[in-house]
Amino acid sequence: MNYTAPEREIMEYDVVVVGAGPAGLACALRLKQKRDDLMVAVIEKGAEIGAHILSGAVIEPGPLNDLLPDWRDNPPPVCVDVTGDELWYLKKAGRTRLPTPPQQNNHGNVIVSLGALCQWLATHAENAGVDIFPGFAAADVRYREDGGVGGVIIGDMGVDIDGEPKDTYVQGIEIHAQVTVLAEGCRGHLSKRLIRKFKLDADSDPQTYGIGMKELWQLPEGRVQPGKVQHTMGWPLDKDIYGGSFIYHLDNDRLAIGFVCGLDYADPDFVPFEAFQQLKHHPMIRELLEGGEIVSSGARAITEGGFQSLPRVEMPGAVLIGDAAGTLNVPKIKGTHQAMKCGMLAADHIAGADAAEGFDQCLRDSEVVAELHKVRNIRPGFQKGMWKGLVTAAIETLTGGRLKRTLTNHADHSALRRASEFEAPDRGWVERDLPPRDRLASVYFAATEHDEDQPIHLQITEPEVCTTRCGIEYGHPCTRFCPANVYEMVEETDGLRLQINASNCVHCKTCDIKDPYQVINWVTPEGASGPNYQNM
Amino acid sequence: MNKILIIAEHDGKTLSPSTAKCVSCAMAFGGDIDIAVLGQGTGDVAAQAASIAGVHAVIQIDAAHLEAPLSVNHANEIVALASGYSHLLGPSSTYGKDLMPRVAALLGSNQVSDIMEVMGPYQMKRPVYAGNAIVNVTAPEGVTLVGTVRVASWPAASEGGGAEVRQAEPAAGPCADSAWIGLESGGGERPDLQTAGIVVSGGRALGSKENFELIYTLADQLGAGVGASRAAVDAGYVPNDMQVGQTGKIIAPDVYFAIGISGAIQHITGIKDAGTIVAINKDPDAPIFEIADIGLVGDLFNIVPELKSQLG
Amino acid sequence: MKILVGIKRVVDYNVRIRVKGDGSGIETDGVKMSINPFDEIALEEALRTKEAGKADEVIVFSAGDDACQQQLRTGLAMGADRAVQIQCDQPLQPLTAARAMLALAQREEAGLVILGKQAIDDDNNQTPQMLAALWGRPQATFASSVDLQDGKARVIREVDAGLETIEVNLPAVISVDLRLNEPRFVKLPEIMKAKRKPLEVIGLEELGVSVENNLAVSDYTPPPTRSKGIVVDDTGQLVSELKNRGLI
Repeated sequence: MNYTAPEREIMEYDVVVVGAGPAGLACALRLKQKRDDLMVAVIEKGAEIGAHILSGAVIEPGPLNDLLPDWRDNPPPVCVDVTGDELWYLKKAGRTRLPTPPQQNNHGNVIVSLGALCQWLATHAENAGVDIFPGFAAADVRYREDGGVGGVIIGDMGVDIDGEPKDTYVQGIEIHAQVTVLAEGCRGHLSKRLIRKFKLDADSDPQTYGIGMKELWQLPEGRVQPGKVQHTMGWPLDKDIYGGSFIYHLDNDRLAIGFVCGLDYADPDFVPFEAFQQLKHHPMIRELLEGGEIVSSGARAITEGGFQSLPRVEMPGAVLIGDAAGTLNVPKIKGTHQAMKCGMLAADHIAGADAAEGFDQCLRDSEVVAELHKVRNIRPGFQKGMWKGLVTAAIETLTGGRLKRTLTNHADHSALRRASEFEAPDRGWVERDLPPRDRLASVYFAATEHDEDQPIHLQITEPEVCTTRCGIEYGHPCTRFCPANVYEMVEETDGLRLQINASNCVHCKTCDIKDPYQVINWVTPEGASGPNYQNM
Repeated sequence: MNKILIIAEHDGKTLSPSTAKCVSCAMAFGGDIDIAVLGQGTGDVAAQAASIAGVHAVIQIDAAHLEAPLSVNHANEIVALASGYSHLLGPSSTYGKDLMPRVAALLGSNQVSDIMEVMGPYQMKRPVYAGNAIVNVTAPEGVTLVGTVRVASWPAASEGGGAEVRQAEPAAGPCADSAWIGLESGGGERPDLQTAGIVVSGGRALGSKENFELIYTLADQLGAGVGASRAAVDAGYVPNDMQVGQTGKIIAPDVYFAIGISGAIQHITGIKDAGTIVAINKDPDAPIFEIADIGLVGDLFNIVPELKSQLG
Repeated sequence: MKILVGIKRVVDYNVRIRVKGDGSGIETDGVKMSINPFDEIALEEALRTKEAGKADEVIVFSAGDDACQQQLRTGLAMGADRAVQIQCDQPLQPLTAARAMLALAQREEAGLVILGKQAIDDDNNQTPQMLAALWGRPQATFASSVDLQDGKARVIREVDAGLETIEVNLPAVISVDLRLNEPRFVKLPEIMKAKRKPLEVIGLEELGVSVENNLAVSDYTPPPTRSKGIVVDDTGQLVSELKNRGLI
């Protein structure tokens, strides 16, 4: 910014939590339960709690039972007990039922809306005395004199697209805290910066990711079987792309359907959004959806690296929890119970130690990491394709992860192959007619909103790459992997221009992860911008 | 038997077309229809009102303090006339919206705004949530129904009437607490995008700021306002106050020309209440054709010049 | 001078409105609720007026159940001095809302009441005018500019024909339109301060208001969808079609 701002106003807390997801909220609530004397704040960039979060989601209620023993007396609004599991292998027009792997046995679990769960958790946290501030983005880290983390800096608001203050300009305040808890979720932007600064990933493998896309459908009466959990693999993917779908039957004739693709795919022309839409046209799924209407849709990257990719989770003055560190259990397809447990662990540690030091060991010794360790070789096994992956998965499951080996994870962005070197297989994709028609129509259902007159929050550190090398080498994959049509290459009279439709962004972080040149840097836009997911 | 009083809208010389539309709405309720004309020297206006088919009588009230359309003064007159009428209707224009609720409250009545359909003497439909839902409203019988008529939903009643024009004395003097200072007409040669009856919009396909001249000249020929899609604004072809759509202006012209605009849902949201949508696009699969009333597939750089010469 | 600002808790303008299957209303389950955007503009205007030294106190009020306290707290965080919740469990139709506002305005001896021109749920655009009528005071609706001097308000109004200027003596009711101002962002420290500002809850009976919700609203339906029209072959046909329909 050219404008020289006066010194920022300061608010002091004992602990500041960045992100009101399950990890952050469980941590904040637990902190107050253990040490009511502590002043705890949670900062959330979504306009309200739940606005930026989505997940299937089938959760293990264990941590909830621990955190709020009477939760069943007053459960979150969307909460359906699982009645049965199905795993299907799909072909273009056929399907085979597979035995449910033990990790996917959901007996005793519940299907929830993660957004609604977070709103419900937030109410508990507020009642316990946590100050929760939705609509404010933690845009920067505040450093102490000694170089440690001492809180966060809230993003300025009312800044125009050129970085100049508008009439509504409000300078972001500084929140000073003894301990900062980073609960930003997968590929959090402050977490990314801190991991680099404090070299937290020096001894771990690179993190790996998937992109998850989800739609919430309202279906004709009687079609949904509440509590039914279905997963598919196979079509529309080919053997070299990891991924599959989930179909969770809720109450009130609602269906949560989604698709996850590992972001280690090699095909530069692959469009994850399209794969999701193809899946919906498989006869088994189509008959479920026909005649229904989309209520909400969205996308978010998820962490898949597990044990090997877990960085050091403590640094001077701060800790990483949940998927900001990467605690999701891929074979279980569940991250919420891990995130909550991790958050509660951090709370217990901070309540005792009043500091970040020692949390890393604490987490390594915990159930959270033990769970990840047990399944650590399953996802990496799929690097060699679906069939080999299934064999590895079977072996690792049978041996309970006790074999000495630990397979290595590699960075997703380096997996993309050059257009000239890659020939995509025929995946047997079909003409489609179910809504949404395209990514723009899908973005409409995410109700994403950004004031267009603000700095573009997708920063391209080397823009010449886009209009020179990338076209030749990869053919502009950003125009394909983004589920919201943010990136477009526009033909103009004097050549190609990169058009960034920042206001379409749903904050999924896929671009920051998958861009082969790693020149895309996602930062927070103005607080309260972004999607407005409901019941997702 | 219903007796309906319509409050006429005019500019002192000419009756607004909204009045004839109110008459259509009144006819749907059924009953005797009178029109009240308030102002100063409104003889011509009263005569125009009297020539609308289906009108029983026109009541003309002339007074200096009624010349300016101040609702504080006009409301007093309507309230004084109200007795004996079962329905009091005004247009859903800024004049009617400002006036009718004041009348309703003075009579101790609720009001039904933006009547779009009439199913019975006390049963109507109106839009809510910016037109995203339509509701039925049932008003209580035996209570004067005060309402505004959603002008876009009704045809103008035809000519050919021969109602009597009655002069009446104003019931009240000027309100001392309000003064009318002046009116500045929406300046500029081109009609305002938000209120123009015809709008011509261009998309990214125009390709450059210079090429947008095609849109401007076509609009001028049609006496239309000019709009653009977000993509055209983002590309720098036009300023952002011309943006039509979810994050721009939401408009409802009688005719909307979408030229080189693909018709993403975010744009359609801005024009969903337009009367007739005309689409010109070279991509036959563009989503705009799914909702356009008249579509023409082809190159806008050929079609627009042809259009201009044929409209010539 | 005291300024009263009415705010209404409505479905956020960003929400994709969906009509319930049984037509009893629109889906509000899990849906984001906010201050009516026009009311935020009204509050902003009141706050600027106070900051300019022309008013002593800005009181924000809302008629609704306890849920609207969330919006009242936001109003306090924006800078209002005091909040009043007019407790009622059923939504009030404009005439009753106006009666409640009148009772409050008289109790507070307000010099000015500023309201949003319409709520984006019911889109009635009636309450400010009704309040003015019941109060026996002048009204200045659809304001795009407000200038207060010597006990008068000079207001520029957005009307169909352009911009109309009127002058009204205070006390008066002003309803605001979109272009009047851009509301300020709420600052974090103000949210904390707002928790300590007074929020009074008062009932309709206490205010002496009789409820007159006599319009029955029912059968919510989605608007008719636009469907594909005709495709013509060339410009000539387009022109004929437009002429036949009387459009040009």
